Amino acid sequence: MITVTTPRLVREYPSRYRLEAARCQQCGAVVFPRRLVCPGCRGRSFETVTLRPEGTVATFTVIHVAAPPFRHEVPYVLAVVDLADGARCTCQVADVAPSEVKIGMPVRLEFRRIQEAGEPGVIAYGHKAVPAQ
Amino acid sequence: MTMRDVAIIGVGMNDWGELWEDSLRGIWAEAALAALADAGVDRVDAITVGCMSGGLFVGQEHLAALLADEIGMAGVPATRVESACASGGLALKAGFLEVASGQANVVLVTGVEKMTDVSGEDATAALATAADQETEVFFGATFPGLYAMMARAHMARYGTTPEQLAAVAVKNHRHGLANPHAQFRRAITVEEVLASTMVAEPLHILDCSPITDGAAAVVLADLETARRLAHGRPLVRIAGIGHATDRIALHSRPDMTTLPATTAATQKALAMAGKTITDVDVIELHDCFTIAEIMVLEAMGVCPPGQGGTLAPSGRTALGGDIPVNPSGGLKSKGHPVGATGVAQAVEIVTQLRGEAGERQVAGARVGLTQNMGGTGASTVVHVLEVVS
Repeated sequence: MITVTTPRLVREYPSRYRLEAARCQQCGAVVFPRRLVCPGCRGRSFETVTLRPEGTVATFTVIHVAAPPFRHEVPYVLAVVDLADGARCTCQVADVAPSEVKIGMPVRLEFRRIQEAGEPGVIAYGHKAVPAQ
Repeated sequence: MTMRDVAIIGVGMNDWGELWEDSLRGIWAEAALAALADAGVDRVDAITVGCMSGGLFVGQEHLAALLADEIGMAGVPATRVESACASGGLALKAGFLEVASGQANVVLVTGVEKMTDVSGEDATAALATAADQETEVFFGATFPGLYAMMARAHMARYGTTPEQLAAVAVKNHRHGLANPHAQFRRAITVEEVLASTMVAEPLHILDCSPITDGAAAVVLADLETARRLAHGRPLVRIAGIGHATDRIALHSRPDMTTLPATTAATQKALAMAGKTITDVDVIELHDCFTIAEIMVLEAMGVCPPGQGGTLAPSGRTALGGDIPVNPSGGLKSKGHPVGATGVAQAVEIVTQLRGEAGERQVAGARVGLTQNMGGTGASTVVHVLEVVS
């Protein structure tokens, strides 16, 4: 099926492992992961920034039917998180009962195992949100 | 360049469902032949095919040539277009441009998806390729999950309720009862929706369109050719087309409760047709999830932002209401073979405008609108159809 290959994992390390983003020098938008062109103003010059692993839940769901890499994890909470530095990301919310998750809830991003990728079973890491307190 | 007027002179689709005995090429041919027979033509100048993922669902690409060959039309220029669940709408746009530009006089426009050759889990994964693989799906996002997050945001901001979502499914299932091509011809209740299996909170399985095998086709012609072939039937023309995109990842959008591409595409299509939304008598829109119908109606300007949830419970969008929405049963009841959906919407609107919709006929319909959406709204194609006087 659709596999996350090792080359793909490696090239995505900067945003996945280090929360590396780019701040547009023209409009100030934080672009995460980084791109060649700012989607807001089409600026081309950026400074590299490391996002603080802090934010709040903007919206969320509890997934009960998942694609194969996540089939053993249901039910799990998936959220859009407003990061403190201005970008947003999609990630899971862990270490909390699904019924406790609320919009506006403060969260911290932690480095976690996300999935086993493809047939080789390479473990893919990234960030999950956990309650801030 | 002067654009020629384009009419839809034939429509056809197969009976949608879990068609384990039929292949992608078989259901496609069935729909294509039905449309050609309806139009009364046996040759076309070009073919367009909308299909999201022959590769992931049946391991077959190069569909345009394969399908032309399938009905003995090898030699005819055929083009496959892809824009996730908006592939069908885009195939219609591509066919329109062929005729409008003078490149072709008669075009067979088709959409197809064969989704049940793979498991439900693999279908979920295939559909999720319409979202951003690197920043959404990698972390466990599914399509119902993304729409569920839109629903949650809409509920938090506007007070939209699970009962209002369920009312959309109840209405569309009721409409689908009268559609012989629909996958699920059975009435459901709000209570049944709310008691059904949870897929991604707050969306239950009865808030979701199903996995479907199906195909749909329409035949386009320039107005002069169309008049010659009309044989006294009402002639329907494509009066307006709008097409727009948006940021693909849901988290990239400043407001997760709106669908700006739908707003832009609708305004463009209506302007081209010289109409406003209040001129529209019947709408077929992309209710892939119940929340989608609510958000699309707001985006199209049928009601103010935040009020979409009130429309289905009030009866306004039901058959007999002031603006019937999804008389075919919509994606919810008719089924959602993703690449076919946008073409099937045009099949329904043409059937309505011809006055041939039987029990689900919108009385006196003269102007209809289709809205076909890919991903979480990152692609939208809108067509305005009207009866030629």
